Amino acid sequence: MRTRSIFTIFVTLLMFAAGYAALFIAPDEKTMHAIQRIFYFHLPSWIAMFGAFCVVFYANVAYLITRKPKWDALGVSGVEVGVVCCTVGLITGPLWAHPVWGIWWTWDARLTSTFVLWLLFIAYLLLRGLLEDPEKKASLSAIFGIFASLDIPLVYLANRLWRTQHPQPVILGGQGSGLDPTMGRVLLLCVIAIFCVMILMLIDRYRLELLRNECAELRFEIESHNADTQSFGGAGSSASTANEPALPKAVR
Amino acid sequence: MKNFEFLFTAWMVVWVVFFVYEVSVARRISQVRQELEQLKQQLRQG
Repeated sequence: MRTRSIFTIFVTLLMFAAGYAALFIAPDEKTMHAIQRIFYFHLPSWIAMFGAFCVVFYANVAYLITRKPKWDALGVSGVEVGVVCCTVGLITGPLWAHPVWGIWWTWDARLTSTFVLWLLFIAYLLLRGLLEDPEKKASLSAIFGIFASLDIPLVYLANRLWRTQHPQPVILGGQGSGLDPTMGRVLLLCVIAIFCVMILMLIDRYRLELLRNECAELRFEIESHNADTQSFGGAGSSASTANEPALPKAVR
Repeated sequence: MKNFEFLFTAWMVVWVVFFVYEVSVARRISQVRQELEQLKQQLRQG
């Protein structure tokens, strides 16, 4: 608990430092001026989102192989945190686009594939809410999560493969791309800060999911105990087995 | 500073979205912990 509090304070300070650096230390961009500074929150939120969705992909594959509930818990945690980071990116993007492009949104390959990714993971969360059986829920979510993750490389490559309204890649974009060294350092600080926020949220969300699993196990234990006492006054193991509520493997 | 309102809004969005999500997770954790305590008590009482 103490380590978590220290980490929270560290992340908060890092976010303040990143904000200060983005607003006051980074040099002004020649054509866009102040509005370009949104880039220091916008790009890191996407990097954090990619990180979260990579965790989702790994956890979902691991769940399908091992069938251990901890992977399902990590998968759903990653999805929720990824959706949060994606939401930040989807809001900050139009806030930059309106003064620069004169429009809030356009249906180009990068923006559309990102919006589809967001919708896919929202659907993942809705799907989980609709399924009752924990084992079925975990399996279907894992399959759907892997399917949704296939959109991640498409989002990354969209403005490399197609001509888009979205700016061409500034980093790793080949010839002519690159950042001023001070801008690069500020961006790195912002990426570290938002990535740490993502990790903090992921840890907390994962803890919540594990607690929920623990609750489900206890509920099952109470239900089977009640079934035992109701059947033949609690005597006879075969009778109690017949009345025992089935606990899916995902919770066991 | 030109377009400062957009920059300020973006900065606030980052803080508000992350903060609201963290608070919602913390609230859910405390609710589940309470439920867990109740279940443990129920189990002890038999």
